Amino acid sequence: MSWYKRERPSVLTEKKRDMPEGLWWKCDECGATIHRKQLEDHLYTCPSCGNHFRISPQKYFEILFDGEKFEEFDANLRSADPLHFVDTKRYVDRINSTIKKTGLNDACRNAVGKISGRETVISAMDFGFIGGSMGSVVGEKVARAIDKSLALKAPLVVISQSGGARMMEAALSLMQMAKTSARLTRLHKAGIPYISLLTDPTTGGVTASFSMLGDFNLAEPGALIGFAGPRVIKETIRRELPNGFQRAEFLQEHGFVDKIVPRRELKETLSQLFDLVCD
Amino acid sequence: MSKIVLDFEKPLVQLEEKLAEMRAFAQNGNGRVNTELANEISTMERKVEDLRASIYRNLTRWQRVQLARHPERPYTQDYIYMIFQDFMELHGDRAFGDDKAIIGGFAKLKDANGFSQSVAVIGHQKGRDTKSNLYRNFGMANPEGYRKALRIMKLAEKFKKPVVTFIDTPGAFPGIEAEERGQAEAIARNLFEMSKLETPIICVIIGEGASGGAIGIGVGDRILMLENAWYSVISPESCSSILWRSWSFKEQAAEALKLTAPDLIEFGIIDRIIPEPIGGAHRNPEQTAKTLKEALIEELKPLLQKDRQTLVEERIEKFGKMGVVSSE
Repeated sequence: MSWYKRERPSVLTEKKRDMPEGLWWKCDECGATIHRKQLEDHLYTCPSCGNHFRISPQKYFEILFDGEKFEEFDANLRSADPLHFVDTKRYVDRINSTIKKTGLNDACRNAVGKISGRETVISAMDFGFIGGSMGSVVGEKVARAIDKSLALKAPLVVISQSGGARMMEAALSLMQMAKTSARLTRLHKAGIPYISLLTDPTTGGVTASFSMLGDFNLAEPGALIGFAGPRVIKETIRRELPNGFQRAEFLQEHGFVDKIVPRRELKETLSQLFDLVCD
Repeated sequence: MSKIVLDFEKPLVQLEEKLAEMRAFAQNGNGRVNTELANEISTMERKVEDLRASIYRNLTRWQRVQLARHPERPYTQDYIYMIFQDFMELHGDRAFGDDKAIIGGFAKLKDANGFSQSVAVIGHQKGRDTKSNLYRNFGMANPEGYRKALRIMKLAEKFKKPVVTFIDTPGAFPGIEAEERGQAEAIARNLFEMSKLETPIICVIIGEGASGGAIGIGVGDRILMLENAWYSVISPESCSSILWRSWSFKEQAAEALKLTAPDLIEFGIIDRIIPEPIGGAHRNPEQTAKTLKEALIEELKPLLQKDRQTLVEERIEKFGKMGVVSSE
């Protein structure tokens, strides 16, 4: 157990993966030193500047479901490496080592439980699993969450946290965009509310499919949300990007996010929305 | 032989040039029949044919990507004029502007056997030279392009006309304004609306099918793909730069991505491969267009007979089946 999170992690994806092991945490936005207990009380946001730290599906489930009680479903789905993809590493090895490291089977977890007494389905993504990328498993899980929501006539919340489509499943990853969007038309037809919560980061194929298709698009403050990543845009247009570009506030200003919701207000906002449209 | 020669075509071009020299030499022989030379020429002709066959029958994935990007390859507009009649182009998304990287409108699809059908035709449009490429933004659409496409599809639905889309893009444009106007939302909206559009949709990947920019007009009842086109979640170059951290592994990336038509038909992502003339679509655009036209009419006929609700349900199911997962 260390006192501080490592200042300069050697691997980028580990940067803000989940909460630190240590007793103290330093906010990477304002530099404030935060005690673990304080961090938990503030739902993993900085008590000084309000910076939202990236958290796992598990934490969202605990924050949102009544009494932290929920039932996970389709947890056993794993990637089958249909392309036998090899880059500098075999995809299969990448998957296996990530499963070992994270204890997750892929970048998305589905659960059903109650939010303020109302049965709700949540599908939440995890950036810690190969950048939260969407391959066949994530696509299938989001699709099955939609099916569950249809079967239970319960509202659906999808929490996005993803760098985009998973390259190692190539065109099959791309098809997950169509698959999930197509499935959402059924929720639409059935009149069941679908809330998309965009957290840091939500980019690429996920943004260009189910994440932007919420009846209500909510976002966490400061979350990076976009189609192309900032680096790609910068390299393409060879111009500096404006301040606050592709942040949640920018998206709201341009009309793509209904509401920016601080994490401490998330559960209340969801219940209020359900009350407004379901009852 | 085309003016532009790809690296792997060079040995063939050299042989062809040699053959042309021999023929020219034979003609200068004052009508005297030189059997020895005639024999040599016919040997050389066989050699050229063998080499041509061996090159184009065994194309690597990267070589197909090169053919898909060949500067002389037919583009959407070329197919529209070779396949359809009375094309009327429509402009604008009614909200922001008219994107030149996606064209669309209505046209007649007719054949000699009495088939005649009005269709909405939509496709990415690339330019052929610097000037037209700047005008077309290299076939990289902005949000208003996808919204124009959707507007035309909705018209097709209203007038009960089928939709044909031609996919040929290096990707949706990654720019500041594209983000401001909601590139992601525009593509997502198209995926959603195309899934439930109550009219037949046939999509054809004619050249490059790069990622979200491609699938943004790529949800349909039947997905056709030209033999040398490519379709994937990322270009081989970008994949190389991300996974290998260098731009120079594009050949390996193309292999790993399995992005060719023969690959994708195995994964159930496309339904039919449209064969190209040997050497690629640009060697004989009319022949390519003729083959494609016949396939379009053949595919369209049964779709036109289907009940609209069934069509939509089957389309949602079709994409629902895509993907491979294990659950042990």
